[in-house]
Amino acid sequence: MGVGGDSLRRVPDVPKISAADVSKVATLARLCLTDDELTTATAELSAMLDHFADIDALDLDGVEPMMQPTPLANVMREDVEGETLDRDEVLGQAPLVEDGRFRVPPILGIQE
Amino acid sequence: MSSMSDQPTTAVDLARNVRDGVAKAVDIVDGYLARIDERDDEINAFNLVLADQARERAAEIDEMVSLGRDPGPLAGVPVGLKDNLCTRGIPTTCSSKILADWKPPYDATVVTRLRDAGAIFVGKTNLDEFAMGSSTENSAFGPTKNPLDTTRVPGGSSGGSAAAVAANFAAVSFGSDTGGSIRQPAALCGVVGVKPTYGAVSRLGLIAFGSSLDQVGPFAHTVRDAAVALETISGHDPGDSTSIQQGPLDLSPTLDLGVAGLRVGRITDLPKGASPDVEERLEAAFDALREAGAEIVDVEMPAFNYGLTAYYLIAPAEASSNLARFDGVRFGMRTPAPDTNSMYTATRTDGFGTEVKRRIMLGTYALSAGYYDAYYGRAQKVRRLIANDFAAAYAKADVLLTPASPTVAFKLGDKASDPLAMYLCDTYTIPSNLTGDPGMSVPFGIGEHGLPVGVQILAPALKDDVMFRAAATLERHMQNHQDQNVSGS
Repeated sequence: MGVGGDSLRRVPDVPKISAADVSKVATLARLCLTDDELTTATAELSAMLDHFADIDALDLDGVEPMMQPTPLANVMREDVEGETLDRDEVLGQAPLVEDGRFRVPPILGIQE
Repeated sequence: MSSMSDQPTTAVDLARNVRDGVAKAVDIVDGYLARIDERDDEINAFNLVLADQARERAAEIDEMVSLGRDPGPLAGVPVGLKDNLCTRGIPTTCSSKILADWKPPYDATVVTRLRDAGAIFVGKTNLDEFAMGSSTENSAFGPTKNPLDTTRVPGGSSGGSAAAVAANFAAVSFGSDTGGSIRQPAALCGVVGVKPTYGAVSRLGLIAFGSSLDQVGPFAHTVRDAAVALETISGHDPGDSTSIQQGPLDLSPTLDLGVAGLRVGRITDLPKGASPDVEERLEAAFDALREAGAEIVDVEMPAFNYGLTAYYLIAPAEASSNLARFDGVRFGMRTPAPDTNSMYTATRTDGFGTEVKRRIMLGTYALSAGYYDAYYGRAQKVRRLIANDFAAAYAKADVLLTPASPTVAFKLGDKASDPLAMYLCDTYTIPSNLTGDPGMSVPFGIGEHGLPVGVQILAPALKDDVMFRAAATLERHMQNHQDQNVSGS
């Protein structure tokens, strides 16, 4: 594999991901795609996943997954009072507030 | 017009002059603001210039000096901050529409430490939206241009910070590096750029992209300036649970030790694809270190090549999780909709740009039921193989040398429509983000089109000082051989 090369831009023979898959992923990620965006995203993600198939050939049995670089685990602080953020300052940056709280639209929508 | 000598004044000299009362911080700041005023319309390094605040702070620094108090090691040094570092009460946008008007209620730890050290913030610098990109073209504020050739990109994602130092809009600037976002733009703009050991610098107040990969680091004109800047921001922070529990890095005292006896590794199976001019400068760097007494040793790293794949599964996975917080409830913009779920979707669809959406979707897919083991799970195992390769290499070598970027700065628009081509810019920088080891780019001569080439130095975790010794040696070589550093035609 090289750092450049047209092989990376070719459309995979068998698409790694379908438009229906991409549409589902977009829904999970709370994103809305137009039909054109869906077509483009499907082609791009498919080309990427095709490129990422280079690791398919590796024998990874028994290899311990690496989550993060440091050996630190479950770092806790002492349970003592400290400074907190100023509530008005935080709420002052929210899109909509009411009575010292974040205001959101109804969870279930206005009409059923 | 402000006076502008060929050699920018170093941060170390600026601070010394201010502390000694030889120069006034207000005059220094005025000089930098004048250059910004003159040329940033063209370069677009800054999302926001903090002219009034900078002048006020400079006056405070001067007053401290006149009262006999020490304003700190970066007294009066004009500093640029990547616009993903939180500054209390000052807009912090990540170059995204979704955070366009957000003013953080707290400062990042690095911001606090810099202010306490006497640094003066001249502005918030442009980036690829949420630090996702290698050209600083994916910005809601428009692209940053490379000050050395404004038809070309400065690299990314910290392109604004790199350009700010290259144009001498700031003596030092700070960026974040998740897959090369400090080292690659440093290389393309001809400045020094450092990604420290993961955990050496607090991530508190750095808006998260890939939490197991992100690190804050400096851009500077000189290796010594970068060392002082990194000393200032490093050291344990109880506010970041991944912060290593030790004091600041100690770098400056070792810069002059040289590299006699140091083992410098050449990766024999390094991914091919760097352009000939970059290869030539890398060879010249090996020669320079050998000449200075280092021993060049061959190492093999078969898994290095798989770094790109592991990274582009792991980083988007972490990003998709981190960016879930941008939902229109607590901060940033909101697109109104009749219920919460459609409000989240409408806000995120309006607020995020194309590349951010692409990575969120890639990450969501890699983490989704049925694909987790095939993608995210396997990528984490590849990450382990890469770490094992580095451990084996560092048993033979003290530092490794690679290109920082496969090419010199490319033209604006060249890779904008080909995401994979853009991702390949980070081939040489990504592996050390996966392992958490430090890496830095040092300008080492000129390549194609008269543009700078950066050589990357890699070192084991917490051996940042050894990396800096090699960097200082390369820098000295450049100063002593000014006329022999042009590669190619």
